[in-house]
Amino acid sequence: MEAGTRVERGVGGGLPSWLLGVAPLLVIAAAIGGFALLGGPGLGDRNGPPAEELAVERTVLRPGEIELTLRNDGPDPVEVAQVAVNDAYAPFVAAGGREVGRLGSTRLVVSYPWIEGEAYEVFVLTASGGTIDAAIPVAAETPEADASFFGLMALLGIYVGVIPVSLGMLWLPFMRRLGAGWMGALIAFTIGLLAFLAIDAALEGLEIAAGAPAAFGPTGLVFVGALGAYLALAGVDAHLGERGRRAGGSAAAGGGYLALLVAVGIGLHNLGEGLAIGSAYATGALALGAFLVVGFAIHNTTEGLAIVAPLRESGPPGLARLAALGLLAGGPAVLGAWIGSVAFNPSLAALLFGVGVGAIARVIVQIAPVMRDAAGRLLYPVSVAGILAGMAALYVTGLLVTV
Amino acid sequence: MSNFRRVKEISRRSLLGGAALAAPAAVGLGGLIAERGAGSARADDGGDPGAGGHSGHSGHGGFSHATFEPGRTVDHEANGFHPTELLRDFDYGRTRRLAGGRVLREWEVIAEDREIEVAPGVKYEAWTYNGRVPGPTFRATEGDLMRIRFANGSEHPHTIHFHGIHPAAMDGMPGVGELRGGGQIEPGESFTYEFDAAPFGLHLYHCHVSPLAPHIARGLYGAFVVDPKQGRPEADEMVMVMNGFDTNFDLANEVYAVNTVGFHYVNEPIRVQRDALTRVYLVNILEFDQVNSFHVHGNFFNYFPTGTSLQPSELTDTVIQGQGQRGILELNFPYDGDYMFHAHVTEFAELGWTGFFRVGP
Repeated sequence: MEAGTRVERGVGGGLPSWLLGVAPLLVIAAAIGGFALLGGPGLGDRNGPPAEELAVERTVLRPGEIELTLRNDGPDPVEVAQVAVNDAYAPFVAAGGREVGRLGSTRLVVSYPWIEGEAYEVFVLTASGGTIDAAIPVAAETPEADASFFGLMALLGIYVGVIPVSLGMLWLPFMRRLGAGWMGALIAFTIGLLAFLAIDAALEGLEIAAGAPAAFGPTGLVFVGALGAYLALAGVDAHLGERGRRAGGSAAAGGGYLALLVAVGIGLHNLGEGLAIGSAYATGALALGAFLVVGFAIHNTTEGLAIVAPLRESGPPGLARLAALGLLAGGPAVLGAWIGSVAFNPSLAALLFGVGVGAIARVIVQIAPVMRDAAGRLLYPVSVAGILAGMAALYVTGLLVTV
Repeated sequence: MSNFRRVKEISRRSLLGGAALAAPAAVGLGGLIAERGAGSARADDGGDPGAGGHSGHSGHGGFSHATFEPGRTVDHEANGFHPTELLRDFDYGRTRRLAGGRVLREWEVIAEDREIEVAPGVKYEAWTYNGRVPGPTFRATEGDLMRIRFANGSEHPHTIHFHGIHPAAMDGMPGVGELRGGGQIEPGESFTYEFDAAPFGLHLYHCHVSPLAPHIARGLYGAFVVDPKQGRPEADEMVMVMNGFDTNFDLANEVYAVNTVGFHYVNEPIRVQRDALTRVYLVNILEFDQVNSFHVHGNFFNYFPTGTSLQPSELTDTVIQGQGQRGILELNFPYDGDYMFHAHVTEFAELGWTGFFRVGP
């Protein structure tokens, strides 16, 4: 320690330490600036023609009009020259300009008398003659984002999120009647449910990432979201735990706290779920069939069960508290549906699904200790059976919405 | 070369869509009644001869016919050629009479690589004869002696292969004419093709270096007219070379046209006189597609396949040509107005192969 300090002094002289910290940054900036200014001395031009890449982020259909939002996710600028729909050039206006710089985006408003229910293939011809394709599998008008539409999306979110989660909570009195030995099994069941949700969200996030513009590293965003959410929740938990201990927390308070955590984890997951539903509805891929809503409801009812399981041993919770938990877990579905239907962005969606995964993983780690048996084991026949049953429950009810 | 990117819909689509199929009856969540569909596509074949070019854009929600982005045209000056001028540009060569009275016609042709604009804003690395696509329309009379000095200023080996009747060494065919200095002409080299103008009719020429498809599709082709000794009836004559451009090199054309620039004759209709004979020399050199066709609105034409007979084979309004096929069309417009002509392969028509005749007194 002593020696280290002396060596530092030796190199830095009498300079203040902040300057020593900033100086390398300045040198790096100067080096990069000079390198760029000189055009990368010794490197020469690129080998071969520019690599033009444009990804279609969003497609909006209005009567007689197709609007594409394009993002340049390649290394070179791209100039949009012409647009054809189903092998016919069509008049268009480039609302964001024809030139799209790296990471930049533009909106093309194409005049075309599209017909509902038909499939369309749009190709964008660039100035160098390259083509970028965008498929519209089934043409349907994109809903206007007005008050009634927001209301509809809110209702949808409530149907698939808030109501089923709240219904699931009705198992609380039943669980309270169960013997003490059932606690481990119930928590194991909850962990099974959560594990399935995490896997589901991870797959969903990666699938969306595969189709998202490469510019923002969407696959990386799933993992960044997951890790970020995990660490953020761990941080919040450490902070709250500190305060809880100082206040002299009890077992009951612990149960309530776990329930809150589960609700937050499930809420973040339902945000992604709502996003997917809202986007699918907006692109016309989703009819609000009774079957679908019922399927989601049954699926999400199990989530309510997961939230109240930790409350088994605490005192009777107030109705207001239960309602708050239900809203926390189910409400984000409404928010997700809003975002998904009017401002769907695949990179954002990938990130949000990642956040859901991380949040759930953190919740699992948090509630797992409650599952320990008398011998302190995490995995024993009852807990393993509980986890498997939880996963099976979501898998089976999931079939209702994926058929 | 462009990178091809097909963007997937959000993954839930298929799942949710499937569920929706299972129960199409919508729950009464508040329906959205939408105005669907919009404008109908109609062929704009009426028209006021005094009006400006066809913009093709009739406002929000529809259009009268396929078109490029409104208000944008090709920079013909930068291209170095203009499809409207090219239409009636017949090149008779430097002419002199040989001993014995025979006419000798001489041309200079240079192959050069050149970037051209084939649709507004779309640049294409073309290979050209004399800097233009299609190349010059050579014209001679049956029995003339044709002499074409070809210099290869391109970075690639090329030839000129003429359709017609001539000795093997003059065929512009790699591996055949080498003994007499012909065959494949390497960059920087030159060769003089010499042959009799025969038979009379409408022919074409193109590069015959392998691989053949790019050597033709890049722009090395043109029309070549041999008039019969007795001539043809006086007419307003024009040449139309039906071509296309595979701008992304995926072996399919992105832009179709007559005389290179897509929709050019929509923006600048071809002016023709009412009640006067119009003669069109029509050549199909389109690569990557099996057939091409020509259809004219509001009229019929006499068709002379390959132009080798003075008797028309058919009175029709649509002809089909395979690659390398050509024929002469003769027609009279009895009414004023704008008459569309286009490939009746509608895909080509809406990808650029459409134009208008503007008939006036």
